[in-house]
Formats: sequence, structure tokens, C-alpha cells
Amino acid sequence: MDSGAGESSAADDYESLMSTTDAELLKSAWRNEKAAPEILKFDADLVQRSRQQIQLMEEMVGEFGKNGVDPLTVSLYQMDLDRTMFLLRSYLRTRLQKIEKYVFHIQKTAEVWNRLSRQEQKFARRCAGDIKHHLEQSVLTKLPDQYQSHLRQSAASEDDDMVPEPQLDAYVVCRSKRYLGAFQLDDGSEEPVNIEADDLYALPYKSIKPLVESKQIDLV
Amino acid sequence: MAAASEPHASAFSAAELEFLAEDEMVEIVPNLRMDPLNFISGDFGPFRPQIATQVPLWLAVALKKRGKCTIRAPEWMSVDKLAQVLESERDSEKFQPLPFHYVEISRLLFDHAREDIPDIYMVRSLIEDIKDVRFHKIGTGLEIISKERTYALRLKNLSAMEANIVRPFITRALETFYKLSSSEMIQDSDHMPNRQAQATNRGPRRQLKDR
Repeated sequence: MDSGAGESSAADDYESLMSTTDAELLKSAWRNEKAAPEILKFDADLVQRSRQQIQLMEEMVGEFGKNGVDPLTVSLYQMDLDRTMFLLRSYLRTRLQKIEKYVFHIQKTAEVWNRLSRQEQKFARRCAGDIKHHLEQSVLTKLPDQYQSHLRQSAASEDDDMVPEPQLDAYVVCRSKRYLGAFQLDDGSEEPVNIEADDLYALPYKSIKPLVESKQIDLV
Repeated sequence: MAAASEPHASAFSAAELEFLAEDEMVEIVPNLRMDPLNFISGDFGPFRPQIATQVPLWLAVALKKRGKCTIRAPEWMSVDKLAQVLESERDSEKFQPLPFHYVEISRLLFDHAREDIPDIYMVRSLIEDIKDVRFHKIGTGLEIISKERTYALRLKNLSAMEANIVRPFITRALETFYKLSSSEMIQDSDHMPNRQAQATNRGPRRQLKDR
């Protein structure tokens, strides 16, 4: 959008104000979660606040219905409510999908395990148990002794090589809010990349992982 | 190694992009009187007849559908501005600055606010042309990067829809380069470095020499 030189600072302030509302935070948490190859830290506060706001809103809409408020207004409030609920649900759903995909890896790695919420941990435990049980029942017990682990190919393997791990090398498209200057990609052999504000870049996820965690970069 | 996990095909569906775009602000002229609305996503209003106000696109479309307002076309959507952008798109190799969600916004407005956009046929065909030129540029840009070993790409001024469409190709391609290059680097020095590892991008920041 256009903004003249004098207006750009006002626009910046507006931007920074907007980005701190819960709705914006939820939106960007959702976006980051969708685009990232691994599961990100669960933003418990944000989810809690959003749930409270949704609940409040639902009660309000219920009362509107009773008090006979203009149906247009009611339907608009309902739309906003639906949009927020969609964001929250999709956020949680994406996380659950990632958990299902990488459940054994998440269980093994304490750092990733800590990124889950209490309920997600419960879900992950049950999910892991179910998958393990299913694999054992349908296949593993019928294999010779050496090959019966669901985590390793054979007893001779050094690592748990049957456990799929998220691909941290995956490239993501991202955008930074500010100028981040020369940024060194992971392997020391390349020249640093200049990251400007508001431009899209395609970078390997693991090079920008710390920036995503500190919210300086958004995934698109 | 087990399981090369499959990267998300297109991280966002078109509908989800539209959802994101619907939060962009547009100006409307209501024809009703309504008190301020205190949504979770923000506070809007109050609405008074004939007094323009800014609301998110989803709200504007909802009101428009019920015949409660007219939508004022955003200023980038005029025939002159778009013709200008089209000219510069054709002349330059770079992408012209356009609103991030221009595709989604224009689509929504065409579908729901036909009467509110002056010269809508002209505007529509201009936007289609701009889209085509940009896609063509993306295609040629991608051909270039395949010659060099690329570690990062800069996609200046690309819009949301375009980025989403090329995302699967770009991510797969770059990942493959990355894998190939790092395994080559592990192999020993029999291979003399007549290849240079460089971060490239599209844009005049660095000049690459054609081999």
C-alpha cells in the first residue's frame, strides 16, 4: 500500500500496535506453525487468552439473541467469532498433525517434548502407544528377534533409524519485519545474505530457526 | 536413513490465503447507522450513513452482500495506476511493488463489489495482464537459478498468491541443491573447486557470471 514519507512512521506505529493484538499474534502463530517443518513452541498464554475471548464473545452473542438485538449485528459478531475459532482450531490441528507425524522423535527428544502443551503431551503419549502397539501386532512380532524394535531397523543399528525426524533443512519462505543486515547462513562457506525488511526470502529453516523463535522473522 | 519426510506440498490452500487477505483494511461508505462493533479482531465503527470508514475486507464484503454499504476501491486499483504498473512490469526485470494480497483482494472485490469499481472490465484485464507478466518473470527467474548453486533466494515484491504457488517448486529445488552440494563438499579434494558456492538472488545485488 502507498504511504508517503511522512506517513510511514505513523504506519509503522500502527503496524506495531496491530501486531500486538491477540488476533494478530494468533494469526502469525498460525502462519508460522503451518509453514515450519518442525513443531514450534506452544504459546500457552496466547491460546488461553484467545479461548477466554472466544468464550466471552459466545456468551455475548447468546445474550444478543435473547435481547433481540438487530440480527445484522448478531451475524457480524458471529462471523468474527467464527474466524477466530477457525484460527485457533487450525493452529491446534496443525500441531496435532505434526505430532502424529513425528511422534517417536518428539517422545525421544526432551527439548521438543517441552514444546508441547499438557494435553498435547497426553495425546502424544497415547498416539505413540497406539502406533507402537499396532506395528507390533501387525508386523513386528512376526519378524525374527533381531528386527522387532519399532525404533530401530535391527538390533545391530546404532541409532533409532526407523524414527522419522523433521527435516530442518527444508526451505521456507520468510519475511523479516526489520532490516537484519548481513546474515550468515549455516555452513561457513557462503557469503552472508543481506536481509531487508519486508522482502521475501527462501532460506533453509535451520538457518533462521533462532530468529523465528524470537519472532523477528515470520514464515509466509 | 529412514523416511525422507515429505515437505508440505503447498503450505497454504488458496482458501486460507483468502482468509489471510480478508483482514486487509478497505474503505466503505455505509448507508446505515450502527454502533461500534467490538470484535475479537478489533474495534470498528461507529457507522453513520455516508461517512466513510475503514473496516477489514471480510466485514466490508459481508455488509455489501446485505446491501448495507458501498465499497470504495483501494487507490492502487485505478486504471491509471495499474496501467503504470503493467508498463513497468513489462519493462523491468524486477517485480513492481504491489499490495501483498492484490490477487485475493481484487478477486473478492470483483466477485462482490462489481458496481463499486470504476471501469471494472479495464481493471480486471489489467490485473490479469499484470499477473501473467509476473508469472512469466517467475518462470524465467527460476530458469536462471538452476544454472548456479543457490543457497538462498530473494523474492522481492512477490505477492502472497504467487509465493504460495512457487513455494513447492522452489523449496524442493533448493533442498536438492543443498543436499547435492553438501554431499559433494564432504567428498575429498580430488574435485577441484571450479564451482563457486555463492548466495544468489534475483535482483541486481550480485552479478553472476555465466559459465
